[in-house]
Amino acid sequence: MAARVLSFYLLLFLSIAQLGVSLYEDQVGLMDWHQRYIGKVKHAVFHTQRSGRKRVMVSTEQNVIASLDLRHGDIFWRRVLGANDSVDGIELALGKYVISLSSAGGTLRAWNLPDGQMVWETSLQGSKPSKAFLLVPTNLKVDKDNLVLAFGGGCLVAVSSIDGEMLWKKDFAAESLEVQQVVQSPGSDVIYVLGFVGSTQFDIYQINGKNGEVIHHETSNYAGGFSRNTLIVSDDMLVALDVTGSILITVNFQGGKVRIDVKPISDLVGYYSGQVELLALRLGRMFALKAHQHIALISVTNEGKLEVAEKVNSAAAISDALPFSEGQLAVARVHHEDNKVQLTVKLGNDWSTNLLDETVKIDGQRGLVQKVFINNYIRTDRSHGFRALVVMEDHSLLLVQQGEIVWTREDGLASVLDVTTTELPVEKDGVSVSKVEQNLFDWLKGHVLKLKGTLMLATPDDMVAIQAMRLKSSEKSKMTRDHNGFRKLLIVLTQARKLYALHTGDGRIIWSLLIGSLRKSDACGHPVGLRVYPWQVPHHHAMDENPSVLVVGRCQLSQDAPGILSFVDAYTGSEIESSGPVHDVLQVIPLPFTDSTEQRLHLLIDTKQRGHLYPRSREALGIFQQKSSNIYWYSIETGNGIIRGYAIKGSCIHEDSDDFCFEPRDLWSVVFPGESEKIISTATPKLNEVVHTQAKVMAEQDLMYKYISKNLLFVATASPKASHGIGSATPEEASLVVYLIDTVTGRVFYRMTHQGCQAPVHAVFSENWVIYHYFNLRAHRYEMSVIEIYDQSRADNKDVLKLVVGKHNLTVPTSSYSRPEIVAKSQSYFFTHSVKAITVTLTAKGITSKQLLIGTIGDQVLALDKRYLDPRRSLNPSQAEKEEGVIPLTDSLPVIPQSYLTHALKVEGLRDVITVPAKLESTTLVFAYGVDLFFTRLAPSRTYDSLTEDFSYALLLLTIVALVAAIVVTWIWSERKELQEKWR
Amino acid sequence: MEKLMLILGLAMVFVGLGLSMAFHSDELLVEDEEFGLEGSATDVPYARPSQPTPTRKRSSDPDSDSKIQFSLEHAFGESEFSPAGTFTARLKTWSQGAQTLTKLRFSRNSLTEAEMEQFQKLLQGDDFYRIRLPSNVLNPPGRDYIVSSVKARCLPRDGLDEHFVIHTEGVNILAVNYGAPGACPYPRQLKLPSKWAFNSYTILKNTEQAPRTPVFTEEITVGENGEIQVPPPEKSFWAKYWMYLIPLGLIVMNAMTQAMNMPEEQAASQGQQGGAAAQRAPVPAVRRR
Repeated sequence: MAARVLSFYLLLFLSIAQLGVSLYEDQVGLMDWHQRYIGKVKHAVFHTQRSGRKRVMVSTEQNVIASLDLRHGDIFWRRVLGANDSVDGIELALGKYVISLSSAGGTLRAWNLPDGQMVWETSLQGSKPSKAFLLVPTNLKVDKDNLVLAFGGGCLVAVSSIDGEMLWKKDFAAESLEVQQVVQSPGSDVIYVLGFVGSTQFDIYQINGKNGEVIHHETSNYAGGFSRNTLIVSDDMLVALDVTGSILITVNFQGGKVRIDVKPISDLVGYYSGQVELLALRLGRMFALKAHQHIALISVTNEGKLEVAEKVNSAAAISDALPFSEGQLAVARVHHEDNKVQLTVKLGNDWSTNLLDETVKIDGQRGLVQKVFINNYIRTDRSHGFRALVVMEDHSLLLVQQGEIVWTREDGLASVLDVTTTELPVEKDGVSVSKVEQNLFDWLKGHVLKLKGTLMLATPDDMVAIQAMRLKSSEKSKMTRDHNGFRKLLIVLTQARKLYALHTGDGRIIWSLLIGSLRKSDACGHPVGLRVYPWQVPHHHAMDENPSVLVVGRCQLSQDAPGILSFVDAYTGSEIESSGPVHDVLQVIPLPFTDSTEQRLHLLIDTKQRGHLYPRSREALGIFQQKSSNIYWYSIETGNGIIRGYAIKGSCIHEDSDDFCFEPRDLWSVVFPGESEKIISTATPKLNEVVHTQAKVMAEQDLMYKYISKNLLFVATASPKASHGIGSATPEEASLVVYLIDTVTGRVFYRMTHQGCQAPVHAVFSENWVIYHYFNLRAHRYEMSVIEIYDQSRADNKDVLKLVVGKHNLTVPTSSYSRPEIVAKSQSYFFTHSVKAITVTLTAKGITSKQLLIGTIGDQVLALDKRYLDPRRSLNPSQAEKEEGVIPLTDSLPVIPQSYLTHALKVEGLRDVITVPAKLESTTLVFAYGVDLFFTRLAPSRTYDSLTEDFSYALLLLTIVALVAAIVVTWIWSERKELQEKWR
Repeated sequence: MEKLMLILGLAMVFVGLGLSMAFHSDELLVEDEEFGLEGSATDVPYARPSQPTPTRKRSSDPDSDSKIQFSLEHAFGESEFSPAGTFTARLKTWSQGAQTLTKLRFSRNSLTEAEMEQFQKLLQGDDFYRIRLPSNVLNPPGRDYIVSSVKARCLPRDGLDEHFVIHTEGVNILAVNYGAPGACPYPRQLKLPSKWAFNSYTILKNTEQAPRTPVFTEEITVGENGEIQVPPPEKSFWAKYWMYLIPLGLIVMNAMTQAMNMPEEQAASQGQQGGAAAQRAPVPAVRRR
């Protein structure tokens, strides 16, 4: 108790002494790591000719344009476009620019090839949404200026590649033409624009590339109707499917004359069933047709006849054709054989010739090959060699050359969906410290070096050695649990339905698993991963049982698709069990009960609000039924603007139900008026948050009791106009209403209107307070508000005598059914930044003061002390309040540059920040993810409960030894002197 | 209608609240004190349905009132909802077109035998007593009903005590906080009421306006440690420049005394004319003496 009091005062002292958290330059990388990714590659352009640095330009599904080193896979440069700015295509122009078309043909940009600086940007205003194409013709010149053709929004635009100036524009939307393809006629300035009007008419425009004038226009009809799936086969031929998808239409437009031929697909490929799809590949005089789990490669003869060249399994991937020497085309085909991957490069003109045939061994956890891009080079023996860039099912990127994987990039980690943590295994006997620390000599040498550093005796070489030693201290990357709880496993679920375990020490991948039950199958067409939850956390059997996690997925993106559950061992990364497709999953509620094997009980709510209990055991059912009268949940119907509360009614009564299914009963509802309020944001307290004290000591020896309940919900609604982007509403139309709702009874505890404020709202709920961030239209600034709620029903418990006699209600269990007596305090402050994510630090016991972690628009993480957002701040705080730590009122919150957790780094495309308490009370672990990953350790009130890591024990030892020696020497001296005195 | 208004006006005079009052209902103010505002722990007198509430005279502005009724329905456990009482309120139309509800009154139907039986069953089973209100009072039930429930064992005191807080937004009802007026500690004991009648307390609550964010024109800098470096108050001219003013004053004094002395010395040494000129003033005084 005394220690706790002491630590409390120490904490108070330290928190007053230091509000900002900052680190020195040489501490960078000691406890933080940063990983840079690009995401799943969708386009790749190689740049290898006549350049010292061989590179490949890629654009990804995470809207990243990057230049990668072809030798090592490192990022030369990278540009992350906005969330709504998806890339439609990239090309090289003039040999020095990368041209990118994005936002469905809305924006055209040129990037400098060596360093990624943006050279120019042109905004293309289209008239209606359409397909988007980017075309960089090789020899189309106007006054020594190469043209770039971009099609988007129904308009074809020619842009100068030097400065991005628009040269001409041709609008096709006015002619209600749905443009399907834009091609350049080889060796001339003529551009062909091909498209449909309605479903039966085919139009072809010949356009002069230099000035945009229409040279020739021809239409043709096909009564069967075209589907919108088209493909350019060669310079003068287009392939399309008819509406039914069973007939192949070839459109020959040589010399502007249109000739339409039809051929039933079954004539070509024989029997098939299901959907037919033309693969968007440019294969020269060939095209690929995907039907019935097979890909048929169909070649077009010079006479216009169609022949099947090859049929391969649909798990194969085919590259675009690559011209490599006079008129020769190379096409790569990658398919799986047993555990290996076969890479074949064939001659496009003659499918029977293999230019290359290699077998590559690829880790099975990477799944199937999704995409392949090839590039040619001249071998030392002057023959043609090929390298292939392969995108795998888990979004990783591999470079294959000479039958080997040259490098791999784990770009699946750019699309993290959810994160949870588990502890590492307990250190067992037999694994001694010295084994990890190599040997005693090294240990001693390290300490001597450190000592030299502290005593300023170290040479620059020594300093480098010390820094290197600190950075790769083996201590932090050990595979066992540590005393402070800094070492953990981050279990990360990505969009590619792959689970990774990352070590918090250095961010390396411990294991990865492509979840088998979440892979594409007949029962499940487009599986998606949703969330990951800790399933089993062994405490009693921590030595011999492994923790496990629950991964929840769905068969389709829609909410009512059947769910899939997978249970994965957190140490070995193997799937223990899976079930699915099962009932649909709307919500997963981890219950605060565990069974005898320490599996946590989970209630999965489906779209009919029925609850399904997991694990499916008699024991779990017994525990659940005992507690079922106290289980409540709620659903938020964002579209309807209704929040409903439910409780358990009884077992399911519908057919094919089992004992683990429970019917809901409606308990309460809150209906927001649809014409004036729309739900835009909600927040709840974290279930694993620990609150250290219920009472808050105010100045003047006053006491207030926090209203602490996990059953609270913060809801922000805005007027329908104000729920969109800033600028869509005037201050008079905009209003923001915030609510605090009890989720057991549906009581509205607090309700407040911010006039003239609007979305976006980001909120965080912790202990007894909510902080939310929104835009104030009247002040033209972002604001952050805080609401703190206090319980008045306990306010009388201030008397010591009452506490001693026992006349207090502190030990009475609180019930949501009691009428709450709540006092709320609120205050608003201006805040400079717009915010991407907001969270709060969590510590093991909740003693340490809290900091808000704000993901800023600049993709950094800012730590802001909660004390700045105290509703009790006033202009002139009294002496007592100052002692308590109340900061005088300011109208805006300070942004202290030293308190950026990410220091000089950027977490590109930041999506969320999570915090996990360490075992050490002062410290919390912070993980921020977006396209990049960033991890660090944070001590909001400094590490008051432990010595720093670089504390020099050797120096302490040396000082003690020196002191003892000095004592001995002086003692001998004094003895001797005394003796001499006596002899005198 | 006019007659009615006259009677209302007379009633108001009799009650003795004939003073010219603000147009806003005082009920809302009372509720504001109860919730939200800090530090107010005083007990609030509830608007009891039976108590005669003073009604106010219709003022001359174009805002108009009209009476409106909506019903409360209840259900016992899983039973169907049935009418349980009627809320009466005044619908006030403001000149801007906004409508608000004020002066809520509630009359509950007495429980029938069957209902009493059902309620007893609820008490025995510790089950839910549920109520519902329309979400729009003008065209009930609006988009959906506002449902609320309470464990039946929370209600019995002497009679059956219930407490409504109805959250409104114009003519819409957003939510209703329904439950016992006091505490309902867990575990709930079975207790039968001595009187099978409801004592209802109702409150109408509207939204609160957020306080405006303070705007300071003066730039206040915040130090790294959180303390505010308040710029020192502007000093007076004297306090600022005393170190220059005092030497300046000394110099001036010095110069003056010198200037005073010089003519004296001149007068003393150079004869009487100059001295007479310098000492013209004292001379007559001497003469007067």
